[in-house]
Amino acid sequence: MEVKPPVPQIPPPVWTEIKDLQEWEKYRQERPDGDKTSNALAAIADAIHHLPGGWIMVTSTEKLFNWARSSSIWPVTFGLACCAIEMMATFASRFDVERFGMVPWASPRHSDLMIVSGTVTIKMAPMLKRIYDQMPDPKWVVSMGSCANSGGPFRHGYHVVKGVDRVVPVDVYVPGCPPTPDSLMYGLLKLQEQVAEFQKTGRRLSSPQEG
Amino acid sequence: MTPAETAVRVRERFGVEPAVDGAVVTAVVPVERWPEVAEFAKHELRCRYFNWLSAVDWKADGLEVICRLENLDAGLVLVMKTRLGSGQTRCPTLTGLYRGADWMERECYDMFGVVFENHPDLRRILLPQDWEGHPLRKDYAVDTPHPPYR
Repeated sequence: MEVKPPVPQIPPPVWTEIKDLQEWEKYRQERPDGDKTSNALAAIADAIHHLPGGWIMVTSTEKLFNWARSSSIWPVTFGLACCAIEMMATFASRFDVERFGMVPWASPRHSDLMIVSGTVTIKMAPMLKRIYDQMPDPKWVVSMGSCANSGGPFRHGYHVVKGVDRVVPVDVYVPGCPPTPDSLMYGLLKLQEQVAEFQKTGRRLSSPQEG
Repeated sequence: MTPAETAVRVRERFGVEPAVDGAVVTAVVPVERWPEVAEFAKHELRCRYFNWLSAVDWKADGLEVICRLENLDAGLVLVMKTRLGSGQTRCPTLTGLYRGADWMERECYDMFGVVFENHPDLRRILLPQDWEGHPLRKDYAVDTPHPPYR
């Protein structure tokens, strides 16, 4: 008896994700691109500021808020490439960023910081943007490593975004390939300095504050 | 069956001169006989294992599709090569013989734009569906902007 070879049965394509993403992009583009802070909080602060002597209170509460913000920055657990290994090492017990109040959190909805750790491909960029959009304001981005900064060694590849700042606004760039946990920790401390100045100037700082 | 015997059988059957290097028998066949050679390899040479399929862009000389089939029991390797001809992109599919050829041919289509005829599901596999061009072609301009992200 002859055994017949199996005939391949390949299921028909079901592809919906691209359409979903396009709808998401459309929704996101319709959303107004406003300030990073809550409008209601800003309105209350403005009202108090215009009371007699209210500015003292507003300034001190802003200081308090910024202290709270800068000492509980929760990064979203989002690793892209080999930099993510160094990021994990930074989160782990030897380097322990938890003493700065940073808890790696597995949900963008409760996070303040996105560490873009690795190469961002053109196919990945919409997903990265989507995660960034899911994070509540105010939010910050640390670009970690050469790939996220500028494309790095893959800059001349056909598929790599030449710097994650073409996708999301970046606050701190950490150089290195990959950066050591020390470098990343230095970047995170710089970010804390930036966050401590948030709202005093009314907008985010364009470069890290010196001194 | 030794590689030398295999080369003799391929020469008798298809009239091409295979190159033998160790256990690897390399046969350059015309594109019309591509599925026929694969069928011969599967049923006569017992090459049950479809290792990989890829392509090479020889610029003005056109694309070349390469496929490696193995008989794991006999330790025999058959590498099939075919030239599609200058400017040609059509090649017969091997999905009817080897199910593993499905994704390999999709990847080859994705990167080189080789259109495998009668493939059940010829879509891009690695790049996004709305990508333009085939990036491993030599004439693909790598640094052209690809909105919105670069």
